[in-house]
Amino acid sequence: MNTSVAWLNAFTNTPLTAVELRDLLTAHTATVEEMIALRDDLASIVVGKVVEEAPHPDSDHLHITKVDMGTGELLDVVCGAPNVAAGKFYPFAPTGTILPDGKKIEKRKIRGHTSNGMLCSARELKLGDEHDGIMELDVDVAPGTPFLSVMDVGDTRLVVDVLPNRPDLLSHAGIAREIGAVTRRAWNLPDLGIANVTIPEAKRFRRAGNVGGLVLHLEDAKLASRYMGVVIRGVTVGDSPAWLVERLEAVGSRSINNIVDATNYVLHELGQPTHAFDLDKLDPEPKLPEKTVVVRSAKPGETLVTLDGVTRTLSADMSVIADSERAIALAGVMGGRDTEVDAATTDIFLEVATFDPARTRRTRRAAGLSTDASYRFERGVDATLTPRALERVASLIVSLAGGEVSTPPVDLYAGDAPHRAIILRASRVARVIGVALDAAVIGELLRSIGCTADVESGASTIHVITPTWRRDLVAEADLIEEIARLHGYDKLPDELRPYRPGTSRDAPLWTMAATLRTALASAGLLEAKPTPFVAGGDEHVRVLNPLADNEAHLRRTVLESLARRAEYNLTHMQGNVRLFEIGSAFERGADALPDETMRVAALVMGHRQPAHFTNAKPEPFDAWDAKAIAETIARIASGSSAEVQPSDAGGDELWSIVVDGERRGHVSRVPLDAPVWAAPAFGVEMVLGRMSNGDVAPPGEHAHDGVAAHVPRKVTAYRSLPSTPAAEFDLALLVPDAVRAADVDRVIRASAGELLENLVAFDLYEGAGVDAGHRSIAWRLTLRHPERTLRDKEIEGRRSKILSALQNELNVRQRST
Amino acid sequence: MTISDYRERVQAHSKEATESLAAAHDEATLEDVRAKVWSRTVQMAFSKALGELAPEERREAGQLFNDLKVHIDSVLTERAAAIASSRVASDHARLDPTMPARTRWRGGKHPVTLVIDEIVDIFRELGFTVALGPESESEWYNFTSLNFPADHPAMDLHDTLYLGEGALLRTHTSPVQVRTLQKYPPPIRILAPGTVYRRDPFDASHAPAFAQVEGLAVDEGISFVDLKATLTTFAQKFFGQTRTRFRPSYFPFTEPSAEMDVQCRLCGGSGCSACKGTGWMEILGSGMVHPSVLEAAGIDSERYTGWAFGMGPGRIAMLRYGLPDIRLLYDSDVRFLEQVAE
Repeated sequence: MNTSVAWLNAFTNTPLTAVELRDLLTAHTATVEEMIALRDDLASIVVGKVVEEAPHPDSDHLHITKVDMGTGELLDVVCGAPNVAAGKFYPFAPTGTILPDGKKIEKRKIRGHTSNGMLCSARELKLGDEHDGIMELDVDVAPGTPFLSVMDVGDTRLVVDVLPNRPDLLSHAGIAREIGAVTRRAWNLPDLGIANVTIPEAKRFRRAGNVGGLVLHLEDAKLASRYMGVVIRGVTVGDSPAWLVERLEAVGSRSINNIVDATNYVLHELGQPTHAFDLDKLDPEPKLPEKTVVVRSAKPGETLVTLDGVTRTLSADMSVIADSERAIALAGVMGGRDTEVDAATTDIFLEVATFDPARTRRTRRAAGLSTDASYRFERGVDATLTPRALERVASLIVSLAGGEVSTPPVDLYAGDAPHRAIILRASRVARVIGVALDAAVIGELLRSIGCTADVESGASTIHVITPTWRRDLVAEADLIEEIARLHGYDKLPDELRPYRPGTSRDAPLWTMAATLRTALASAGLLEAKPTPFVAGGDEHVRVLNPLADNEAHLRRTVLESLARRAEYNLTHMQGNVRLFEIGSAFERGADALPDETMRVAALVMGHRQPAHFTNAKPEPFDAWDAKAIAETIARIASGSSAEVQPSDAGGDELWSIVVDGERRGHVSRVPLDAPVWAAPAFGVEMVLGRMSNGDVAPPGEHAHDGVAAHVPRKVTAYRSLPSTPAAEFDLALLVPDAVRAADVDRVIRASAGELLENLVAFDLYEGAGVDAGHRSIAWRLTLRHPERTLRDKEIEGRRSKILSALQNELNVRQRST
Repeated sequence: MTISDYRERVQAHSKEATESLAAAHDEATLEDVRAKVWSRTVQMAFSKALGELAPEERREAGQLFNDLKVHIDSVLTERAAAIASSRVASDHARLDPTMPARTRWRGGKHPVTLVIDEIVDIFRELGFTVALGPESESEWYNFTSLNFPADHPAMDLHDTLYLGEGALLRTHTSPVQVRTLQKYPPPIRILAPGTVYRRDPFDASHAPAFAQVEGLAVDEGISFVDLKATLTTFAQKFFGQTRTRFRPSYFPFTEPSAEMDVQCRLCGGSGCSACKGTGWMEILGSGMVHPSVLEAAGIDSERYTGWAFGMGPGRIAMLRYGLPDIRLLYDSDVRFLEQVAE
């Protein structure tokens, strides 16, 4: 909210500076986000010292001066002011300055003498009407000091970040009340010189009442908890006085005319929005004996042209003010153009109401129009403020525009809500804020913000009644917050106290993800964090209110996102892409909640390593690199129970990652929208675990009994390190195309027996010398006996046994050399 | 032929072979010499000569032949090793050390992950562990259990992406707090890092999905003093010596609520455009857990109290790396990710 420092200071006899106000409010109430000097147009004006002064030889009123503006050189300046004198300080506008009236100061010749800048009068700086001479400054500062830093000119705007729980701060009075509470100083409404205007006392009705020939009707109390109105006849619409224009400008509001300005003034002063209708334009052809104003729900399809000139088609969940025929205002949001006050207006109907927050919110949303008024009604305006606001606006209008109130205002109101009483325990305050405060001190703090607080004598219980404007104070916890902030967060100690360790350990998926990240980053992959939004179809989970139609779905796989990111890199001519991500993917679930899983995915394409003089043309990543990544991922995620198996899915899928018989991931070629120069892309994806979004326990309950004990980490048990020598030999085998390497592997393992320590296929050869329909694969076997050296005969025996098993089971023969 | 003739022949050949092998200084010469002095023919000759000896002398001669074989083999091996090592030495002398090393692709964790990891590490020192929760959430966990008033402007701060009736993408990681409170009995000391969603279109400083780290401590006797001290300790470990300040704020699920600022990282507190002249930068939101949040999770709010905080590692990453546009964190441009890889 925009607040004016001068306006705030008008509430008290002890003014504070903008910085003091900013610091007090930020520390105790609401953050001041910005401090704006409203005379920023004078930012380039500096304090200049006239060092020499001589009459202009060709003029009887001009002076030639030398001015020091702190730059180290003296500037020649021609000045026409009679009061210019050497040794004195004046506001100086260097060349390039734009004065408040828009005039740009440039280097120019005045009667043959160069002038580099201008010494300014008060009027030239818009600081008054004085123009008989330049503005002599009674200061003692270095020449060149910014004028604004030495002169207290102009107002300062404080932009206060008022959060949704504190609608009471959406006015100068509300902020002044807080400053009063924090500084323990009295505050009062500014004197507007309207004490002599008297407004008759309002007449209270429940739903309808007559206010001088105008019938007010509140159709449903759900639309407004209070609706007041008054008729003022005989006003003269005109300009507002300077003080009022200045106040409004200080908060960023434009002056319109004295009537509208009076309503805006009170909005910013008290936080109560009000609206003035032109009475003549209201219900020009009444259907009833008298003109009528009714607060009702809009009729579907009804139209209204609001003050901003927009024709709005209304719906039933919007509230309107209407006459007997049509809607004339969007209730709590904006008035209508047809009943606008203009220069010819003489009689007005002034509305001061407490519109319902939720209803105003719906009206504002449906209209897509947020205003100062709707902003306040949505957050809640104090219903007890309404009569005071009416009196103040009406008095201000009468004092500014004349006219009179001849009929008592009407007040449609069911009566004040009951007081809210809260019992506060000083012991609870101590437990929550961590330091014990005296019950008496607590009572005093609460009274400073308008509560009544009765401290039980000798006890530590305080009976509190909250003020009507603090609807956010509903429970003990709310009062404790008030006490903490008023006492001051900065006064509480920074004292690290002992704590007990928690009952939960790190989530296993977090630990696993961390290990995967380290492993994949070490393997040269870069972690990506794209958003999970994709252009999907019926199989995808859809976002009901997406930001863009081409990203209206949630991804089913993480690899989809990486594929799009790879394409992004290709459009930036980056063909060597190595990306991985650990994140969620979503499948449609049994109800509105999706089935969410955490997954890891990786994508590689382009050169396997950077070019080097020993290998100028690095080979591209291929399926085997992807398989290696899959094996790394599978080992980390599932240990020895995971296997990377040939896939029978067909298409782009090459291998499946299988854990205990369940398919958990795959290695695939990744089709991309890629330029011709791009290398093929290979991807890996694996499901790490389910992210359950079901209820842990019913609302209001816990499931602590069901907590499983922490599972200790599983490790591979130690096996003795061998102390005997190993025997190694190679088998070059002719493998028919129909036989898979894994089959050969299996037969070798089975026939070699427990002596086989290691087995690896280390060479593949096809071509000359190899029978058609075959390939030559060489395996290296390592045999070892745990207790003794193997004899040549034993090794030879195993070798023959393996070869005959291969021959018999797979028709695989040794390749003759 | 007698045994002494044979011995002489063996000794003469041994001498000649040893000398000529010793004169070989590269692999090719060594092979040439070997072919001359220890060829199959030469060996055959020695073997054949055995037949010309008297049977009783053959045994001794065979031993002599075998010794010669062993001797020449060992000289050959020794020589070959000497040549190889002198080759390495000479290669090394020829090497241009200014040529680049053989490199591998540089991999790395995402800058936001690095920030999260650092936050987690510091809170680990203060006894916190990590909890995770789903990104697709129910309205109850995301709003209702956290004391959000229905149809209230507080909801405007959480412009939500909905997935269906009562289902949405979580707008903060606070649902993890409620899930943890329901699952584990106090004392609770957890951090909840994760992705959260808001209906904010992408621009230079907004993204519809971003990282958040929340923390929660619940036990008997936990107070605002603990909150202040723990978060201040964190700030000083994370940002180095810095002053902190706590400002009143509002979150439906905490009371009292406070925001923590640290001195502006750019101007050091003197005021600049980045901190709008205040000298402070907002780092996190925090507060004492609202009793109704504890009650929603079935925890006795009279017995237990707690505090919570939440912060945005993405913003810290932007500050830390000087990123002008948040989209750099999402584009996954390998050039950017390589630049910031550690």
